[in-house]
Amino acid sequence: MAAAGAVARRRGPPVYSQKNITSKKKYDFEDILEERRKASDLRYAMKCYTPVVYKELSPCKPSAIKTVVLQSEQVQYVVRQLSKETGESPDIIQEEAAEILDEMGHSMHMGAIRFFAFTLSKIFKCLFRSICVNEDGMQKLQQAIQEHPVVLLPSHRSYIDFLLLSYVLYTYDLALPVIAAGIDFLGMKIVGELLRKSGAFFMRRTFGGNKLYWAVFAEYVKTVLKNGYAPVEFYLEGTRSRTAKTLNPKFGLLNIVMDPFLKREVFDIYLVPISISYERVLEESLYACELLGVPKPKESTSGLLKARKILSEDFGSIHVYFGQPLSLRTLASGRINRCPFNLFPRHIPQKPSEEVQEFVSEIAYKMELLQIENMVLSPWILVAVVLLQNLPAIELELLVEKTVWLKNVTQTFGGFLDWPDNLCANKAVRSALALHSNIVSLVNGQVVLNDKEMGPGAPEELVFKQALAILLCGSYRNQLLNIFVRPALVALALEITHSSRKEEIYSNFAFWRDVFSDEFIFFPGIPLKDFEEGCFLLTKCDAVQVTPQQVFVTEKGSVVISFLTAMFRPFVEGYQLICRYLSKEANEAFTEKQFIFGVRSFTSQLLEIGSTQCYEVLSSDMQKNALASLVRLGVVSRRKMNDGFTYSVNKETLNKIAGMLESRIPVRKPMAARL
Amino acid sequence: MAAAAGGERNGGGSDGAAQRRLRILSGHLHAPPGTQLSANPCRGRAATAPSAASQSRVFPKRRQEILKWNGWGYNDSKFIFNKKGHAEFTGKRYQIGGIVFPLLKEWLEKNLGGSLEHKITPRASLNISEIPPSIASEEFLQDLQMTKIPYSKEAESRVFRAHGHCLHEIFLLREGMFKRIPDVVVWPECHDDVVKIVELACKHSVCIIPYGGGTSVSSALECPPEEKRTIVSLDTSQMNRIHWIDEKNLTAHVEAGIAGQDLERQLGESGYCTGHEPDSMEFSTLGGWVATRASGMKKNIYGNIEDLVVHIKMVTPRGVIQKSCQGPRMSTGPDIHHFILGSEGTLGVVTEVTIKIRPIPEYQKYGSVVFPNFERGVACLREVAKQRCAPASIRLMDNEQFQFGHALKPQVASIFTSLLDGLKKFYITKFKGFDPNLLCVATLLFEGDREKVLQHEKQVYDIAAKFGGLAAGEDNGQRGYMLTFVIAYIRDMGLDYYIIGESFETSVPWDRVLDLCRNVKERIARECKEKGVQFPPFSACRVTQTYDAGACVYFYLGFNYRGLSDPMRVYEEIEMAAREEILANGGSLSHHHGVGKLRKHWLKESVSDVGFGMLKSVKQFVDPNNIFGNGNLL
Ligand SMILES: Cc1cc2nc3c(=O)[nH]c(=O)nc-3n(C[C@H](O)[C@H](O)[C@H](O)COP(=O)(O)OP(=O)(O)OC[C@H]3O[C@@H](n4cnc5c(N)ncnc54)[C@H](O)[C@@H]3O)c2cc1C
Repeated sequence: MAAAGAVARRRGPPVYSQKNITSKKKYDFEDILEERRKASDLRYAMKCYTPVVYKELSPCKPSAIKTVVLQSEQVQYVVRQLSKETGESPDIIQEEAAEILDEMGHSMHMGAIRFFAFTLSKIFKCLFRSICVNEDGMQKLQQAIQEHPVVLLPSHRSYIDFLLLSYVLYTYDLALPVIAAGIDFLGMKIVGELLRKSGAFFMRRTFGGNKLYWAVFAEYVKTVLKNGYAPVEFYLEGTRSRTAKTLNPKFGLLNIVMDPFLKREVFDIYLVPISISYERVLEESLYACELLGVPKPKESTSGLLKARKILSEDFGSIHVYFGQPLSLRTLASGRINRCPFNLFPRHIPQKPSEEVQEFVSEIAYKMELLQIENMVLSPWILVAVVLLQNLPAIELELLVEKTVWLKNVTQTFGGFLDWPDNLCANKAVRSALALHSNIVSLVNGQVVLNDKEMGPGAPEELVFKQALAILLCGSYRNQLLNIFVRPALVALALEITHSSRKEEIYSNFAFWRDVFSDEFIFFPGIPLKDFEEGCFLLTKCDAVQVTPQQVFVTEKGSVVISFLTAMFRPFVEGYQLICRYLSKEANEAFTEKQFIFGVRSFTSQLLEIGSTQCYEVLSSDMQKNALASLVRLGVVSRRKMNDGFTYSVNKETLNKIAGMLESRIPVRKPMAARL
Repeated sequence: MAAAAGGERNGGGSDGAAQRRLRILSGHLHAPPGTQLSANPCRGRAATAPSAASQSRVFPKRRQEILKWNGWGYNDSKFIFNKKGHAEFTGKRYQIGGIVFPLLKEWLEKNLGGSLEHKITPRASLNISEIPPSIASEEFLQDLQMTKIPYSKEAESRVFRAHGHCLHEIFLLREGMFKRIPDVVVWPECHDDVVKIVELACKHSVCIIPYGGGTSVSSALECPPEEKRTIVSLDTSQMNRIHWIDEKNLTAHVEAGIAGQDLERQLGESGYCTGHEPDSMEFSTLGGWVATRASGMKKNIYGNIEDLVVHIKMVTPRGVIQKSCQGPRMSTGPDIHHFILGSEGTLGVVTEVTIKIRPIPEYQKYGSVVFPNFERGVACLREVAKQRCAPASIRLMDNEQFQFGHALKPQVASIFTSLLDGLKKFYITKFKGFDPNLLCVATLLFEGDREKVLQHEKQVYDIAAKFGGLAAGEDNGQRGYMLTFVIAYIRDMGLDYYIIGESFETSVPWDRVLDLCRNVKERIARECKEKGVQFPPFSACRVTQTYDAGACVYFYLGFNYRGLSDPMRVYEEIEMAAREEILANGGSLSHHHGVGKLRKHWLKESVSDVGFGMLKSVKQFVDPNNIFGNGNLL
């Protein structure tokens, strides 16, 4: 893979910073598979691997780490505490702690790593055209690893994320991280152990109530981190995003890794946001099925082996972007009270103060926004956006034209595009279509979704197939949404506000931002900043004019405005439909499961009879997000029961919110959405 | 120092260990024959000619006659680089006088980027024309004259009392001038004199700043530049008598202006000591200790100043404050002594103190232990504290400070000693696998009767052995103590070569000691880099006192300021940052140096708003017109 495609151009406003927005910066990506295609994989796997380490590291075997953890004051304290509470002897609890640790702990082993280096080389070369890595990021990381403990925070779109990352780090002779992996991996016997040996440690998905588990887990992570044994890696999103939209962050692990700094057990910690962008995600169809309620296959080794057939397919390129390592100390300076922990012994578990929680949450969002900012966008993503606004079919020429138009808008908005400058637009689009021929086809000069091929079937089957195709396509469009969401919500607000008064527009903007804050990533608090950012970007592409009191759409701007609203229409309509469902059907208390089932059958019927085209409302992701949002807005109240939560509708508020969602925006047929 | 003290290697005996240490500290003690212990309130003021009594005082009113006006200590005592380029200590006052320190130059070059070629020659004397003129109120002076209490408006004497020994103060003496200095210096000779002065000050609305030994390191003595009233520096040095010694109760009643060395020497003549030995004890005074809550190196046996005082008399604008009896402990509401202790000259003048005394211990012995690294050393000190068996003094120097101390090894006369030394070094660094760049050393001082000292010694060395510590001899120990006491002289030398240095301290719970030390040093390194300091700084620390619940940590910071246009601002910013770091690591604002003006910015958050309000209301009641207006603390 020639370096030509590897050089991406970006205009980079970090979202929220309006400076330097025009400064173009080139990042040099290196395709690490290029070398692999030329030289021996075996020699690569056996190469001398001597990564730089933390300057204050005193080396320590994984087994010794376990001893340190078990003997730590923190764990000992909880053991004694539990013994007092339960009457169990401390020895037994200690034993339990040791078991937990054995289940969890990694046992990084060079042999396993070399095995992976070899086999992954083979597999990756089969699957991918290139794996492009930004070299400057690697250099900064190398520097950072020596200075302070490092936390790697990659985006999570695929099971292979962490193997891929370790593979990249191995290639650059950098320290391999230990990785917080979901315990379900352990179900895969051989693979689980191999993963463990390659540095994964495992955590139960839920351990909220188990004090001992939490203590051992937290201490394990902290010990590894603060002594600099290895970088710690985990996913802020907590789980793979099935929609390719960044998920709202989880705070548990972030709390743990920040703790040693907040307690000044280390001088500083580096947080490194990492964006892994797949041109084509391995699990794309699995995800779509899952979202539609076809159950997720359990992770099992045989399941993975069946996946072998995918080895014959082409999954395009991967971009791995290592962001600037951020000093937690710098982030905290002036931000949080100097000494929040002075009055407690540091080894006694303490619920973080509100101030600390707020800080942790801000850091989490900041990191995710950085991930989003550094995601590399392929041409296909733009194609998918255009296509979804032009169903059921669009002429290729028109598609190319609109894609090029969207490309410019994307660049204005600071999207990090990997556009093949050496190809003409037509070829670029065609090659994108070719790579994703499982989703789209070119039939007689028309581009269409592959949703009808399987011939006629029962109506519900048709709906399912149609939905599958749309969700698949949507998972690519989604990758653009977090970059577009601020200007798009301004656009939405402009469309539904019957005046050009900034204040009113802002209040509508704030409403939608609030509604969608489970759907998209917003920095907590301050909607005003988002609004200003949105206005700013719209001004940049000449779509609006902003005065101190007013916002006007320019003549040229209405195209942009209606494009943006159309882009987000599935979400608006989806939420409307869900409200309609709630007001019609949900009369008694329900569980989330019942809710999902209910929405699904309610909307399926509407789709079958053609009274809506909003297939995306069938996505469980949207359903869950909407539910969370409605809880937040007070439309639905949530109560904790013995076996989970139950929900009930507050009709009055529902009517009000539904009104706000419905009345103001004209629900146009998607067909009518033209540029 | 090792060689200097060599003659006494066998560790004293009945001739008085404290005496001996004093001699080590200041070999100059030309003790006056028959210092009288007078119970008279005031000495004959009528005698205008200097009497035998006034000669007996160590410090004349014109202190500049024997003390440096622009640096630490005696005029005749300083470090210089001799013609051969070796460091040497001048004068005959100290036992290290005339001794050469061949390693110091290299240490300075290696650790601070210092060079003999880059020398600053400071001005030789004060430029009188630069000195702010006295604006003393004539009415006040007339009234003062009537009292016959000596005073002076002489410029040099006023400048001398415009400062303590903070880096920026000494720097300013060498390179600039204070904006505001006292307008007049008065020398009360007894409690009643002070009462009169304070009355006059109230009458004429004059600002008084008590001045003891002038060793403050918190900007406590600096005059607030915006002070418009007459500023009177009240020099307590002439109130330096021991009124009585009570052998039944083991107390002595002493005037507050007595300097540490005089107090110990005079008590020593009766076979007693207070055992209070701050490193500044040659110059600092009893009143100063009370006013700053001082701490002496032997506090493990004798206690800190607050443990030592039995009774305090202080003159305030409201009148005299004191307790009505000398009971050893009282439950009479909040202890009023604690309003006085640490009041830093903001409430009144401490004039007389009844202080505990002890018989001079029979035997004294230094010692040292080398640890493979600082972590082990701290663990050992923690254990010693836990077992409550700390010797009179136990200090743990980190590797940097150990190396600094090593640079003060005097030239050795005999080949034999040097061979032994070499062997010992070899033994430590090679045989036991100690890394010379990691090891650290604890210095020890034992006191008591001989047998108990030896027993105690064994106990401590046994504990040390559990933490990988190896006994490393008396010399290493003694040199460690010498370092802390000549440090201020060394700083003066550094200033001649573009090197500025300072120390600061804190107290912190045991479990945070290591983190605090590491983080503060790292913060210093980082700040220096960010602020454009061209050479890596020297930063070192030691755990200098141990307590049941924590320790006192003492830092040295020094760097070469060549290439910086405003070294003082840079230095101050770095020290500020270091203090922020200390606070963020759970350290206190100060263990013993006090707050003064240097650290008052943090006092409120250190003691809470309510606590701060309490202090304020005490001030408001005691001194509503801010006569004691040095501006410290609040
Ligand atoms: C080289 C060096 C080593 C030091 N080592 C130690 C140490 O080991 N331990 C330690 O605790 N400190 C140490 N210090 C700090 C200093 O010596 C102490 O703060 C000491 O107590 C100050 O006493 P002083 O008599 O010099 O007071 P000054 O410096 O003259 O005054 C200090 C403050 O006390 C006030 N004051 C002085 N006398 C009276 C009085 N009679 N009544 C009311 N207020 C008064 C002054 O107004 C001023 O605010 C050291 C300083 C230096 C330079």
